[in-house]
Amino acid sequence: MSGLRYQGGVAHAPGRLVRGVILGLVGAIFAVPIIAMIEFTLRRGLVGGYDLHRWTDLAQGGLTGEYSQVLVALGNSVGLAIGTVAIVLLLLVPTMLLVHIRFPGLRRVLEIVCILPISIPAIVLVVGLAPVYSVVARLLGSGVWTLAFAYGITVLPFAYRAIQANLDGVDVRTLSEAARTLGAGWGSVLVRVLVPNLRRGIFAGAFIAVAVVLGEFTIASLLNRTNLQTALVVVSKNDPYTAVILSLVALFVAFLLLLAIGRLGATRTPARTPALPTPTGAPS
Amino acid sequence: MSQTQSPTQTAPRTGAVVDFAGVVKRFGTHLALTEFDLTLGAGELVALLGPSGSGKTTALRVLAGLESCDDGHILIDGADVSTLPTSRRDMGMVFQAYSLFPHLSAGANVEFGLRMRRVPADERRARAAEALALVGLDAHYDRYAHQLSGGQQQRVALARALVTRPRVLLLDEPLSALDAKVRVSLREQIRRIQTELGITTLFVTHDQDEALAVADRVAVMRDGRIEQVGTPEELYTRPATPFIADFVGLSNRLPGLVRHGFAEVHGVTLPLLDPSHEDGPVRVFVRPEDLTLSTAGLPGDSLAGTVLLSSFLGSLRRTSVLLEQGGTVVVQHDVRDRPQVGESVVVRFGGAPVPVEAVPTTRVPGAAAVSLPTPS
Repeated sequence: MSGLRYQGGVAHAPGRLVRGVILGLVGAIFAVPIIAMIEFTLRRGLVGGYDLHRWTDLAQGGLTGEYSQVLVALGNSVGLAIGTVAIVLLLLVPTMLLVHIRFPGLRRVLEIVCILPISIPAIVLVVGLAPVYSVVARLLGSGVWTLAFAYGITVLPFAYRAIQANLDGVDVRTLSEAARTLGAGWGSVLVRVLVPNLRRGIFAGAFIAVAVVLGEFTIASLLNRTNLQTALVVVSKNDPYTAVILSLVALFVAFLLLLAIGRLGATRTPARTPALPTPTGAPS
Repeated sequence: MSQTQSPTQTAPRTGAVVDFAGVVKRFGTHLALTEFDLTLGAGELVALLGPSGSGKTTALRVLAGLESCDDGHILIDGADVSTLPTSRRDMGMVFQAYSLFPHLSAGANVEFGLRMRRVPADERRARAAEALALVGLDAHYDRYAHQLSGGQQQRVALARALVTRPRVLLLDEPLSALDAKVRVSLREQIRRIQTELGITTLFVTHDQDEALAVADRVAVMRDGRIEQVGTPEELYTRPATPFIADFVGLSNRLPGLVRHGFAEVHGVTLPLLDPSHEDGPVRVFVRPEDLTLSTAGLPGDSLAGTVLLSSFLGSLRRTSVLLEQGGTVVVQHDVRDRPQVGESVVVRFGGAPVPVEAVPTTRVPGAAAVSLPTPS
């Protein structure tokens, strides 16, 4: 591999050319369907040729009439994303920390429980969830927000993995004990010490949750709730062009959202520099 | 020694009297601490020394409140703190593992305890800077943990533990991850600062050199209980049990016989540390420095043998001698004496009182092999 730089027998980061080729190939795989969608929305129909009239018509008319349901569905999906992220942050993160610090013997059990949903197809999950939701509907009503409970389960494997990877790289037990000996209660330990050091994992878990919720169709459809994906399917039955335009817009918005969250999660520690010798000449 | 007077240094002596009173700690069926009793005087540095699994770290963690005790009490200045959470015990602790908060600079790490106590920002910064100056790292205030060496990180951790002026300082093998030279330097620095501040300190270590070098008193632990507490000199020269004699420092273990308050080793008579020891076959512990190499000796105070190995250790030399009677002894002597391998020598006994350990009568004393613990 001439593109890889070797130093002392160990392969380092690939060269610029190899990086470009890899990025180009991966980019093409993602770009082809998006370009195809854009091409589809620009078609002039049987007349042939391309123009922007479907985009301009939608921009001028707005999401009114038969399309107004899409706006409602978008609101539902955003609300569900927020609810699902809240479940991840308020339930999963503290549970994982508790198991890691106080009950390490339960770690394997927690891992199995969290990974389990990935092995269950959504359709099977819905069969189990349907009777549960009949109870939920009686207790909490049949509001669309209740889907966040189901989504909280479906995002568990992804969020768990992202947070666990971060957790494995931080000596959480020693850090929390150090903070406690310095006078910090458990709340301060969590907020001032653990969360800042697990920021990357928590943000990764959160945006994976957002991405899963914005793209979810099966559970919402089979439980008769409306979210962005079910609304787009309804629109596509009458007007496939508008449905694809709305899908593209949703993709773009999701991309911007993930970019924003990614920037928030970026590390703020300074560049690595070697340890300074001590001015007193004392050994380090 | 630092000449500058700072609030940290001029603070009144903060040392507290710490009492472990009959502390018991179990992990499942394993008894980690058994009726553990120990008192630390105000401003005293006590080292807890013992082999792995002897319960020394558990004792420290129970004092810190990081582990609960199943029975007994922890008293600080007479007040029972056994049920207080860690955050309210007012103790500073330095851990074996690097424990600086990676997302905070060295200064912010040191400020952390003060922030928890709601100290105003200006005072916080000033006190953190002073604490860092105390460990010689005032120029590293804005450095992060990954920009500091292991020794520097432990010194920042020490500053962080001291800045709140805790009543007790707990050191859980803080030097074990460092290289030998840094370890010696940092242990001296810890001792200097501890003496200056007069803070009661419990220092857990498995390194006997470290314990003997810095502690006012050393408590040697075995199987969850204290085997002996004493000054380093007492432990070394008057070990209370064969375990202490074997664990602290180096000892030759020789087969012998106790008769009328004296021990006999291959015809050499030695005074006993405990003259009341009952007669019978024993294992005799003799320090390498209580033996000398000679070319001639008198029957009754020396044994003849052949040099097996001689090791140069910088300031001294240790030579292994195969005795004519069987078994090997190690002799510590002047580095300028260079015995050759195969050379016939005489090993003379200095006559220092020796501890002994009774052996079952079914064993033949002369058949026991002489062994020496690995030099630390």
